[in-house]
Amino acid sequence: MSSRRAALVDWARAAAEDFEFAAAREWIGERPARKAAGYLPVYAPREVIRASGLLPVGVHGAGEQVEIIRGDAFYQSYICHLPRSVIELAQSGRLSFLSAMLFPSTCDVIRNLSGVWQLLYPDVYVRYLDLPQIFDPRLSLEFWAGEIRRLAADLGAISEAPATDATWREAITLQNRARALIRELYETRRDSPERIPTEELYLLLRAGEVVPVETFIEKMEEYLAATEDEPGPPRDRARVIVVGAFCEQPPLGLVKTIERAGCSIVDDDFLLGNRLLGEDVTLDGDPVLALAHAFLRNARATSTFYEPDPAAKRELMRRRLEAARADGIVFASASFCDPALLDRPMLRAGAEAAGIPCIAFQYAENTGQFQQFREQAGTFADSIKLWGGGQ
Amino acid sequence: MSVETKDRSMLLQKEMIAEHYRRLEQAPETGEPVVYTFVPGNLTELIRSFGALPVLPEINALQSAMRGKSQAYIAAAERSGHSEDVCSYVKCDLGMLRSGNVGPTGTRLPKPDLLLLSYTGCFTFMKWFELLREEYGCPTVFLHVPYQADGRETPEQRAYVTRQIREDLLPALEKVTGRRYDEDRLRESLATSASSEDDLVAVLESARRTPSPIDAYFGAVYYVGPIFSAFRGTEEGARYYAALRSEVEERASRGLGPLTPSGPLDSQKYRLVVEGPPNWTHFRDFWRMFSDEGAVVVASTYTKVGGTYDTGFRHDPGDPLGTLADYCSGCYTNLSLPARVEMLARYVREYSADGFLIHSVKSCNSFSAGQLTILREVERRTGAPGAFIESDLVDARYFSPANLKTRLESYFQMIDARRAGARA
Ligand code: SF4
Ligand code: SF4
Repeated sequence: MSSRRAALVDWARAAAEDFEFAAAREWIGERPARKAAGYLPVYAPREVIRASGLLPVGVHGAGEQVEIIRGDAFYQSYICHLPRSVIELAQSGRLSFLSAMLFPSTCDVIRNLSGVWQLLYPDVYVRYLDLPQIFDPRLSLEFWAGEIRRLAADLGAISEAPATDATWREAITLQNRARALIRELYETRRDSPERIPTEELYLLLRAGEVVPVETFIEKMEEYLAATEDEPGPPRDRARVIVVGAFCEQPPLGLVKTIERAGCSIVDDDFLLGNRLLGEDVTLDGDPVLALAHAFLRNARATSTFYEPDPAAKRELMRRRLEAARADGIVFASASFCDPALLDRPMLRAGAEAAGIPCIAFQYAENTGQFQQFREQAGTFADSIKLWGGGQ
Repeated sequence: MSVETKDRSMLLQKEMIAEHYRRLEQAPETGEPVVYTFVPGNLTELIRSFGALPVLPEINALQSAMRGKSQAYIAAAERSGHSEDVCSYVKCDLGMLRSGNVGPTGTRLPKPDLLLLSYTGCFTFMKWFELLREEYGCPTVFLHVPYQADGRETPEQRAYVTRQIREDLLPALEKVTGRRYDEDRLRESLATSASSEDDLVAVLESARRTPSPIDAYFGAVYYVGPIFSAFRGTEEGARYYAALRSEVEERASRGLGPLTPSGPLDSQKYRLVVEGPPNWTHFRDFWRMFSDEGAVVVASTYTKVGGTYDTGFRHDPGDPLGTLADYCSGCYTNLSLPARVEMLARYVREYSADGFLIHSVKSCNSFSAGQLTILREVERRTGAPGAFIESDLVDARYFSPANLKTRLESYFQMIDARRAGARA
């Protein structure tokens, strides 16, 4: 690996694994009135936060890095790990720099966590984001645009720098650029997975959640350029999609284990919110309507949304497999994750009906043992190489 | 209270339910359309105004558990790839479907003509009906009811839901039933609902008295059965609630307590508020753990999942679609955590409770996630002792009688100790 690329990966790792959020704190510290707003998975419109003068900061749990001391007193054993590590971050003061917290309507755990926040941190602006589950603009555009407008007004009052035409334009332009780079990164990995190990891709994306978008854009551009110079040797590996890890993130060790066991991940759901909108948000007209429309038109099908078309649901795995030119699907979900686990039988049935090889397992963000995953993924990769994939 | 008067409302309910399931069984022959929907946010008046019969899958699941059938159904669903980690109602329902779809009264359930996915207060509902849609291949209408995150329904939320009902649901119901939307009929039914709701609130609030003439959790799950399911807005429903109210008022006037598995509970040692749904696989054993100790539940949140009538909401025939939106929005599991805390604290105060208890079920993130914070917050606000116990809805693997009993016994001892301390 070139030193330039290694330095970029080191930078990404440091930012991604920094649960003191130094980059965000530094940004705030640069000017007295600066503030930041956190958001939980899966999707929050970062443009609104940015246009309203705050720094968007993704709060995606704390993986294996942070020991849970207080969080377990807030959640029963049969609730996924994410909220307890998020509460741990908050109770230990690591999130004290956030003036606002946004809780998207991902599931009932995150929904109720918004209430826990209201109770525990009355000085923080807490907002539950009720993303429309109806994608027909006739029924839901007005509602969702209204939600965005209210959010922008509230955040503008917090920052004392309400959104203007210029800040909307800047925020949308930057976020479009970030999404385009993420798309490019995914396409590059899809076309030549040997060039982009998923560990690196993941670290960059995770870093992108906690640094200013300009920094992310700069680093991504450099990284993509660096990988151009360094095509790795093509290898005989099973091309897989990892499905279901859209909220509580798998430990990095699990991602590495899958790839070390003979698979190349060519598509995934990690940190899905950063590319949930598949296309650019237009700069024409009212920015709020543009953002609302973009969500209703472009939100990617995923387990946290209702799928009105049963055929589309059945075919989703096949479509994704074909788009990624993959051989098989690894269903990897957080334990006790309702959206992923309730969806899995339907997605798996659709995949298997199309003859797609699948395996499934569950993890927690702080899982430290990967032996069992290694064996499962290894056998899966071998069988694909031996018998062929789903294409 | 005489045994006869007690039996009157129970008998009435039994007959109503048997008749409803009989009609459901015959629906394929009679051509009565069938709409499946959920308890929170159920639009029973609207469904019935189209001449359709509602089926509530949660009710089937809990009834299956009370009849000892849920374990086999859950096992069948898990064998077919459903995770042990998810809501046991869903697995029980899917297992029942795979085992011949025989309902709780032993009659076969018809296929739905429409799945009305009223997405109110629970994420799992969405996946549940996506799963059922795969099995039945029937049309599905999704009604997105926004969450009351800030403790109230906003005008924008109300407009959003009303619009969906008007522009999406009504045409779908017209298509499936072949009938036109009849607003007058709906209004009539909503007026009937409001009168039943008055009666139900009077019954629930009777528990403010000492002794309480009802058990507002174990007993009240029977009381809310008709209004949470197929009978809100019907004449049978109204008759049932009038009968129930007069029974309870009679019991109250005679200073009697409710009938429990340990017999009549006239002498009540502990008055409790309970949060969370009950366990259904061992319902009577669970109840007995309370009644044997002389504990009566005076208020519960579970009895508000199908509507929070005791805070003043009534279905309003003057605004038929708007009132349905308001109704959905206000169901208990659609309320924010601070609103839930507020409700529990109010119950502790207004019902002169000795303490409150959270029964946390593994199945239900909507109820359970955040309950430990609720516990601390209600304790802080009321000073009343709280307790936390865990099991599940319809999965008996998570019901541990010995643990629960020990936990409850020490809780009752704690209340005794507090009382002794207060006297000293
Ligand atoms: S991991 Fe799943 S259940 Fe847990 S918060 Fe995320 S979406 Fe919800
Ligand atoms: S998760 Fe809770 S509210 Fe939802 S279906 Fe299951 S028991 Fe009912």
